[in-house]
Amino acid sequence: MTTTAPAPRDARPPRGPRPAAAPADSRAPARRRRFWAEVGWKYPVAALIIFYAVFPLVYVLSAAFNPRGSLAGSSALFSAVSVDNFAALGETRYWNWMINTLYIGGASAIGAVLMGAAAAYAFSRFRFTGRRASLTGLLIIQMFPQTVAFVAVFLLLLALGQVVPILGINSTVALICVYLGGALGANTFLMYGFFNSIPTEIDESAKIDGASHAQIFWRIIMPLVTPVLAVVALLAFIASFGDFILARIVLTSEENWTLAVGMYQWVSNQLTSRWGLFAAGAVLASIPVFVLFLSLQRYIVGGLTQGAVKG
Amino acid sequence: MTVQLDAPRTTAPIARRPLEPRRRGFGWGFIVKLALLALVNAVGITVILAAWRTEAWVILIASIVLLVIVDAVYLAKRALPLKYLLPGLSFLLIFQIFTLGYTGYVAFTNYGSGHAGSMEQAVEAALIQGEQRVEGAATYPLAIVQRGDELGFAIVDDGGVRVGSELEPLSEAGGASLDDDRPVDVPGWEVLPRAAVLSDPELQERVVNLRVAVSDDPEDGSIRTRDGTSGSIYSSTLSWDEQAMTISDSETGLVYAADDRGNFVAQDGSRLAAGWYVPVGFDNFVRAFTDTALAAPLFEVTLWTFAFAILTVLSSFGLGLLFAIIYNDPRVRARKLLRTLFILPYAFPAFMSALLWRGMLNSEFGVINDLFFFGADINWLGDPFLAKFAVLWVNLWLSFPYWFLVCTGALQALPGETLEAATIDGAGPWRRFRSIILPLLLVSTAPLAIASFAFNFNNFTIIYMLTGGGPAFPSSSSGLGSTDILISAIYQISGVAGGTADYGLASALSIIVFIVIGVISALAFRQTRKLEEYQ
Repeated sequence: MTTTAPAPRDARPPRGPRPAAAPADSRAPARRRRFWAEVGWKYPVAALIIFYAVFPLVYVLSAAFNPRGSLAGSSALFSAVSVDNFAALGETRYWNWMINTLYIGGASAIGAVLMGAAAAYAFSRFRFTGRRASLTGLLIIQMFPQTVAFVAVFLLLLALGQVVPILGINSTVALICVYLGGALGANTFLMYGFFNSIPTEIDESAKIDGASHAQIFWRIIMPLVTPVLAVVALLAFIASFGDFILARIVLTSEENWTLAVGMYQWVSNQLTSRWGLFAAGAVLASIPVFVLFLSLQRYIVGGLTQGAVKG
Repeated sequence: MTVQLDAPRTTAPIARRPLEPRRRGFGWGFIVKLALLALVNAVGITVILAAWRTEAWVILIASIVLLVIVDAVYLAKRALPLKYLLPGLSFLLIFQIFTLGYTGYVAFTNYGSGHAGSMEQAVEAALIQGEQRVEGAATYPLAIVQRGDELGFAIVDDGGVRVGSELEPLSEAGGASLDDDRPVDVPGWEVLPRAAVLSDPELQERVVNLRVAVSDDPEDGSIRTRDGTSGSIYSSTLSWDEQAMTISDSETGLVYAADDRGNFVAQDGSRLAAGWYVPVGFDNFVRAFTDTALAAPLFEVTLWTFAFAILTVLSSFGLGLLFAIIYNDPRVRARKLLRTLFILPYAFPAFMSALLWRGMLNSEFGVINDLFFFGADINWLGDPFLAKFAVLWVNLWLSFPYWFLVCTGALQALPGETLEAATIDGAGPWRRFRSIILPLLLVSTAPLAIASFAFNFNNFTIIYMLTGGGPAFPSSSSGLGSTDILISAIYQISGVAGGTADYGLASALSIIVFIVIGVISALAFRQTRKLEEYQ
C-alpha cells in the first residue's frame, strides 16, 4: 500500500460509520466521549505520575528552604522560606566535599573519555590479530563490576600505598585510578559504535595527503565524535558522583570525602537534626546534574539503546 | 546525519595542504610524545626504586614489566593499535582484572583480622605487642621532632642529644642545643612544641604508638613515651627463633610454634594475637554454607537479592513501558513537558534519592506518614516486610523514568508499516501489542534489561543508604538484616569499614556473586541472540 500524505504513526483509521454521517446535534457529545476514551483520560493519569515523580523533589526543595532545619515539622510544604540552611552549609565541610567530588568526577571523566576514545579508534580503524578476542574480552569483563571486588581494591591500595603513598588508601588520586580502571570496559562499546559510523574514506583521504595516524585521530576523528565524547564524559562523571562504596573505602579522612560519603555521614548519624542541611546540600548539588542531564538526554538515550551493551 | 554533513568541511583544509614527504619525528607531536614518555619513565623509575626499598617484589616486577612494555610500544614503529589501547589497558589490568584475580586468591586464604600480613610482619607485630617497659631502666628527657611527615624522638643522654625515628635507630645529633635539659634545636629536624602535640589527638596517637629503636640490635629494645616529655626503654619479653620458627616468652617460659593455619600456638593451646595469612582451600566457601550463624541469614539474603533484582526490573520496565505506550500518542498535547517531568527522578543523583526517601519514610517525623497516612505511626523502615516494600517502591521511583525513556525511543523506532498492516488485517490493540510491539521492542531492550538486572543485583547504594540492610535479623549474630542484598552483606562481613575484618570470607562471597552474574548474563545473552533472529 502507498501512503500519499505522511500520517501520524499512531493515528488509527476511523472505525464504523464516519461521525459526519450522524445528525449534527448529537455530534459534539459523541466526539467528546470519544476524546475522553482515547486521549482525555491520559491527562489525569499524567497528573498522578507527575505527582509520584515530582513530590519528593518538591518536598526536598521545601525542606531546603525551611528555617527549622530538622525533619520534625518539615511536612508543611513551604510554610516558611529562608536561606538559613544554605548559609549553614558554609560552616560544614560541604564545599570541601563539593570540590573533591568535582575534582574526582572531572578527572575520571576526562581520563575515561581519552582512554575510551583511543581504544575505540584502535578497534574501529585498525585490523590486528586478537581484535575480535579483545572486544569479546572487554564485553565479558564489563559484566563483572569493580564494586563487587571492593575487598581486593582495598587490599591492593593498602599494598600500593606502602610503596607509593599517593596511590594508597585516603588518596583522591588513587580513587581516580580505580575509576579509570573501569573506563575501558564501560565505555568502549558506546564509542566503538559511534566511531564505526564515521566513514573510513575520510581517514584514507587524509592519509593520502600525508597525515599521520595521530593527526587523523586528534584533528579529524575527535572533532567528529564530540557528541559521544560528551555523553561518555557525563556518564563517567555521574558514575563517580554517585559512587559510594569505593569512595567510602578509599577516602578515610573527612577532608578527602566526596559528597556521597559526607552527606551519608550527616544523615545516618543525626537524621532528624541535620535534615535542613542535607536538603539544602542536595538541592545545590543536583542542579548542575539536572541541567547537564536534561540538555543531553537525547544523546544519552540514543547511546544506551544503540551501543552500550550489545556487541 | 550531522556527521556526514560536517565531514567534508572538516577535512577540506587538510586536504588542500600540499603533500609533504613523510618526515615523522620532528613535529610538535613528537616532542609532546617524548615529553610524556620521559614523564612516564620518571614516575615508573621512582615507583620501581620505592618498591625495591620497601621490598614489595610483586609491585617491583609488575612496574618493571609495565615500563618496558610502554617504552617498547611507543618507541617502536610497529604495534600501532597498542599505542592507542595501552593507556586504558594498563588501568584495566591493574585496577580491574588484577582485582578480579586477587579476589579469587583472597577467597582461598584466611586474610582478615589477626591474619593481616606475611609471617615476617606477624613476628614483628608479636614482638611489638609483647613489649614491656624494662624494669628499673632510666628515663630520658625527650622532645618530639618532625621531618616532613616523619615523626621522631630526640632524647638527652649523658648531656648529648640523640635523635631517631621509626625508620632509623637513635644516633648522635651534632650541633643540637639544650634548654632546661630538653632538646630545643635539632639540626635537620623541626622540634614540635608540646602544645601542638596536646591539641591534636591524631598526632598524640601517633606519638604514643611511635617506637624508636635504641640501636640496630632489636634486643636492645626501643624508646617509647607516654606523656611526650620523657621516654624510657621498652623491650620485648618475646624472642624469635628463625631456625625453629618459634617465639619464646622469657617471662612465662611458653614456646609458641608456627602452625599451618597462620598462628603461633603454644603447647597449652594459647596463641599469640598476631598471625599471618595462609591458603585455606575451600574453607571460606564451606563456612558460608555450613556455619550455623551465617548460613541461614546468607540464604535469606540470597533469596531477597534475587527477588529484589527481578522485581525491580519487572516493575520498572513494566511501568516505564506502559507509560511510554500511553504517552507515545501524537494527540496528547505537551508531550515534551510531560516527558521532562516524568524523568526528573532519574536525573536526581541516586544516593541523594535514597537518603531523601529515608527521611520521608521516617516513622516519627516522615512526610509520608504525616501527609498520606494521617500521622499514623507506620514503621516503614523498621518492619521486615514494609522495609522490603519501601526498597522496591523507592527503586521503582528511581528507575521507571529510565525505562520510560528507553521504551519511548524504541517505540518510535518501530516500523510503522508493520503496525499498519496488522491493523488492516484486523488486529486489535492488545493483539498488536503482544504479537508485534513487544517482540520487536524486546530485541533492543532485552540486553538493557539484563544489564539492569546485573546492576540491581549489586545495587549497594540504595540498600545501604535507605535501610542500611536493616531491620536486623533477630536471633542472629551475623549483623545482617532483612533488606541486605549480597553486596551489602559482603560489605558488612568484610569489615573494610571497621570492626572485625574477614577478607577471605567476603571475597569468597564475591566470587559467588561473580559466578551468579556470569551465568545469568551468559544465559540471557544467548536468549537475546535467539530473539534477534526473529527480526
